[in-house]
Amino acid sequence: MGERSDRSDRSDRNEKLASAARTAAIYAASVSVALVLAGLLVSLTGGSALEVGNALIKGSLRSPGAWGLTLTAMAPLLFVAVGAVIANRAGLVNIGQEGQLLFGAMFAAYAAVRVPGPGWLAILASLGAAAIGGGLWAGIAAVLRTWRNLPEVLTTLLLTFVAFSVMSFGLRNRWLLGDRDTTRRRHISSGEQIPLDTRLPNLHLFGNSIDLGVLIALAVAVAATAVVARTTLGARIDVLGLNPRAAQRFGVSRIRLTNGVLIASGALAGAGGAMLLLGGASGDRLSAGYSNNNGWDGLLVALLARNRVMAAIPMAFVFASLRTGSSFLASTGVDRKMTDVVQALLVLALLLPPAIEQLRRHRSRPTSAPATPAVAGLAAPTAVGGA
Amino acid sequence: MEFFEALGSILGFEGMYVSLFQLGVVFAFAASGEWVAERAGTLNISVEAMMLAGAFGAAFGMYLINSSIVGVLAGCAAGMLVASAQANLSHRLAANQFVVGLALNVLVLGLTAYLVSVLDLGRSRAMTWRIPLLVDIPLVGSALFGRPWPAYLVYVAMPGLAWLVYRTRWGLNVRAVGENPQAADVSGIDVNAHRRQAILVCGVMAGFAGAFLLVGQVGTFTGNIVSGRGFIALAAVIFGGWTLRGTIIGCALFAFVEALAISIPVKGYKIDSFILDSAPYVVALAVMLFFAGRVRQPAALAQPFVRGLT
Repeated sequence: MGERSDRSDRSDRNEKLASAARTAAIYAASVSVALVLAGLLVSLTGGSALEVGNALIKGSLRSPGAWGLTLTAMAPLLFVAVGAVIANRAGLVNIGQEGQLLFGAMFAAYAAVRVPGPGWLAILASLGAAAIGGGLWAGIAAVLRTWRNLPEVLTTLLLTFVAFSVMSFGLRNRWLLGDRDTTRRRHISSGEQIPLDTRLPNLHLFGNSIDLGVLIALAVAVAATAVVARTTLGARIDVLGLNPRAAQRFGVSRIRLTNGVLIASGALAGAGGAMLLLGGASGDRLSAGYSNNNGWDGLLVALLARNRVMAAIPMAFVFASLRTGSSFLASTGVDRKMTDVVQALLVLALLLPPAIEQLRRHRSRPTSAPATPAVAGLAAPTAVGGA
Repeated sequence: MEFFEALGSILGFEGMYVSLFQLGVVFAFAASGEWVAERAGTLNISVEAMMLAGAFGAAFGMYLINSSIVGVLAGCAAGMLVASAQANLSHRLAANQFVVGLALNVLVLGLTAYLVSVLDLGRSRAMTWRIPLLVDIPLVGSALFGRPWPAYLVYVAMPGLAWLVYRTRWGLNVRAVGENPQAADVSGIDVNAHRRQAILVCGVMAGFAGAFLLVGQVGTFTGNIVSGRGFIALAAVIFGGWTLRGTIIGCALFAFVEALAISIPVKGYKIDSFILDSAPYVVALAVMLFFAGRVRQPAALAQPFVRGLT
């Protein structure tokens, strides 16, 4: 008896191992297909795929100080991704992080150059302002969704384009974001320099200067994981995402939670904008195109993480590496747009295995069709009896 | 008073009507394609990518063979290529349609920008067809009867699409699939096949829209040629309450807003470019705000269908 259960245990374990190995193999295969495709593209257009790979690794990890740069670039991506994961869990598709991040950066810039007092106060103020800015921009989409049932997919996107215009409007006007320094030759498209003492301090480790922002971002990711996994709020968010109708039955206010989650994800994206500005990953003053696709990339990170906050951390690191590595591409003669292609291919590649797995499971599962009428047959008499 | 004077001068400006019609054609093709996809139940955000692929395909086609017919066909094919990726990933493998759409948008944006950095595609323009006599009508003659040849296809494509969706069995099935996929499935309609086909139709239309944007309006391919017009097409479908007629009216409205934004500086009036740049998007948001409460969307919009899951 004992022997038998032991054997079945073992075979069960073997099966699990085999399934895990198969999953890993599918992932490895589809990622390599993506990389091979990217390499082919480079080769076809006259570049050398090997050189490109080397340049990316050198720029992101191997050259002196590269680790610090990559970690600095990781902070905004991680902030955006955490917000997007939480929104995803609630079944909301916030894809306007680029605009929310830009709004956060604008609010942060306004606060950073205007808040008097010591540097740390200005840093806190601009972080708070950034969260408000991003939350405000996502809040518009939230209101449109809960009030008019407009899909947040579309409204957050459209608002991103408006955010770009707001930014250039702000930069053209001195009383908003424009450079108030009249001695400087007037640049129409750049903002005021962020004072040195209002930038995030750096830690110096092994010849790398690591921005404090990445530690804040990691702390936020850990906190978000705790909220999602351990609190009622987290459970409510999950229920809202899995079955909104059930959520309402359980006494979750759909409107309030939807608004709250969308605003929170926008606020996190906005804080990512502050990280960009105060960490200096994208220059020490606002300029046109300042968000530099950080919002989009953070969103892709979240999509790769597939609803798990912790998984966003390594993914954000990979994307940050591609970002910093791309600055080394110039030497290979390959345009840095190539990294965008690599990123999108990676997203598609990591999207495929679970979908294939699901399809396979669905096809191989014995049909549950006979069970359904039996259940219905059982339910019907009781219903009649009850009546 | 000055305002009305300015308005009069802009409304009396022939160029405004030309832009209006040209952009109207672009929006009409993209939005009507999107409308088919949405009637089948897919909120297809990769319409932006399809337009961009269409524009690039047209430029590339004309770069290889200097013929605008080849260009437009290549544009449609490129749009369809993106569409088949979207269709198979989201309605054969059941990956999330927004995730797929977003990834495709990023992919096509990066890919076209990268390819343009290595290829010099040059200028690509389609021949203008002037309808004699009619083109001389003041104000709107040139706008309606002196356009690059692909523009005239709008008069064929829109009724054709209406016939396809409202009058054929395929169209009935598509609408059924978007309203109640379970019922459609039970009555023997292959839900996901119809959704895939609807997305392919969207790909052809959006690819054409992108191709026309290139060969009819802009002339040279740049990475930001589409710049969110696909998303405005999405807004036009909502504005139109998921009817073809309403969608086309929405397209005309958004084209009018953009034509105004183009014409105001041309006529020498100074309005802050913030208002001009953001006008199409703000107007899209505003009209959706007004009209969304009064219409009903396809009941199964954006909901994946897996047989046996219910």
